[in-house]
Amino acid sequence: MSIPAELKYTKDHEWARVSGDTITVGITFHAQDQLGDVVFVELPKAGTVVRKGATFGVVESTKAVSDLYAPVSGKVIEVNEALADAPEQINKDPYGAAWMIKVEFSDAGELSSLMDAAAYQEYVSSSAP
Amino acid sequence: MSLDSVRKTPLYDAHAALGGRLVEFAGWALPVQYEGVIAEHKAVRERAGLFDVSHMGEVEVKGPQALDALNRVITNDLNRIVDGQALYTCMCLPNGGIVDDLVVYRFSREHFFICVNASNRDKDFKHIAGNLGPGAQAVDRGDDYAQLALQGPRAAEILQPLTDTPLKPIGSYHFAAGKVADRNAIISRTGYTGEDGFELYIAPGDAEAVWNALLESGKPHGLAPCGLGCRDSLRLEMKYALYGNDIDESTNPLEAGLGWVVKFNKGDFIGRSALQAIKSAGIPRRLAGFEVTGRGIARHGYAIRSAHGTGVVTSGTHSPSLNIPIGMGYVPAADASPGTALWIDVRGKEVEARVADTPFLKRKPA
Repeated sequence: MSIPAELKYTKDHEWARVSGDTITVGITFHAQDQLGDVVFVELPKAGTVVRKGATFGVVESTKAVSDLYAPVSGKVIEVNEALADAPEQINKDPYGAAWMIKVEFSDAGELSSLMDAAAYQEYVSSSAP
Repeated sequence: MSLDSVRKTPLYDAHAALGGRLVEFAGWALPVQYEGVIAEHKAVRERAGLFDVSHMGEVEVKGPQALDALNRVITNDLNRIVDGQALYTCMCLPNGGIVDDLVVYRFSREHFFICVNASNRDKDFKHIAGNLGPGAQAVDRGDDYAQLALQGPRAAEILQPLTDTPLKPIGSYHFAAGKVADRNAIISRTGYTGEDGFELYIAPGDAEAVWNALLESGKPHGLAPCGLGCRDSLRLEMKYALYGNDIDESTNPLEAGLGWVVKFNKGDFIGRSALQAIKSAGIPRRLAGFEVTGRGIARHGYAIRSAHGTGVVTSGTHSPSLNIPIGMGYVPAADASPGTALWIDVRGKEVEARVADTPFLKRKPA
């Protein structure tokens, strides 16, 4: 199980990399592993305002549809457009090439609700099937 | 998810040891994938894949009147095949609704072996046993057989070293009783993938030995153990119907594109007059294959809009071979021709699709 120590995590299996007043968001290794081969991804346009816990997009694997949830509230300032044509990157490199959006967050206090790597590890092992 | 309450095939431990991801399907614990759906799908199209389909049910029909008795229960005609041949068919309710789709194996005029869908096993047995009439009896043999499907262009090369039965003379939809890896088997040249291949009916106690022998023999050929995930995408590329998704008791064979297994001229059978009436009145909707041309994947239950009305998606996925989203669904008959525009409601957004020429994958078994 790959859970980078420097990232923050949601209960819906998104990761967030905090840098200044923005976060980069993707889905975790565990999430892509559970989904199986990802074949479709739908992301918001830059400029979209997202709300913590609300859906900002969709990933679909050969078998299932899964919503994406914003880890924090804020404005989407950049979108990884390359993913639309290469959704398999989500399986290959979930923490790198398969980043999804960058969000300029509006409330730094919301970051404290995210899990650190140790807590996420614990969360995944306790909820494992 | 707990798999405690579901049935395990004799290969349950083998799947777990191979890293299969086990899920519940039709009351059984089965692998949805090992390495991944797309990799397994491509293995079957390019080389070969091995599936555990032991969940499928088996019913045997025997007796001096077996042929005529069973012929009244199914829509296809057992007189069209010879001993050693298999027949795809539907069996219907009196109103024409599909009870199940089946493969019937003809051992002789007095002995037939039927493979039924796992989810319909009990219902099918009751339906067959209750409708045979005198001179034939049905026996539920579901607990007596495990079933393996070896599918793909290299299937014969992989299987032949394990059996003395010459495979070359066994044509598509033919079968022979023989031995595989020294175990008794019905060796059937059938499948649900559109590729050449075999389905093997064996005793549950022999399943692991035969499974392992096939994996070993298949190693130099790139044989992959395969899960239900690619079984679904493989059959969908061929537009093979899946009971419970594309066909059920509320659908009839004529609208489902299965009119070719309804033989009105063979004499009476259950559902005949209803189907005849439906045919005479004109079939209002058709099961059509479609390609999604917009962005999105159509899934079972999504609504379809077209020029002459509305419809519903019955199956949909991403096609690993064609790398596009494909699916099938019921649409007004006037909108069922290839090229016709459809709009599919993908979670509140209308996405463009068009009726496709099917099977999606143009490919003939070797």
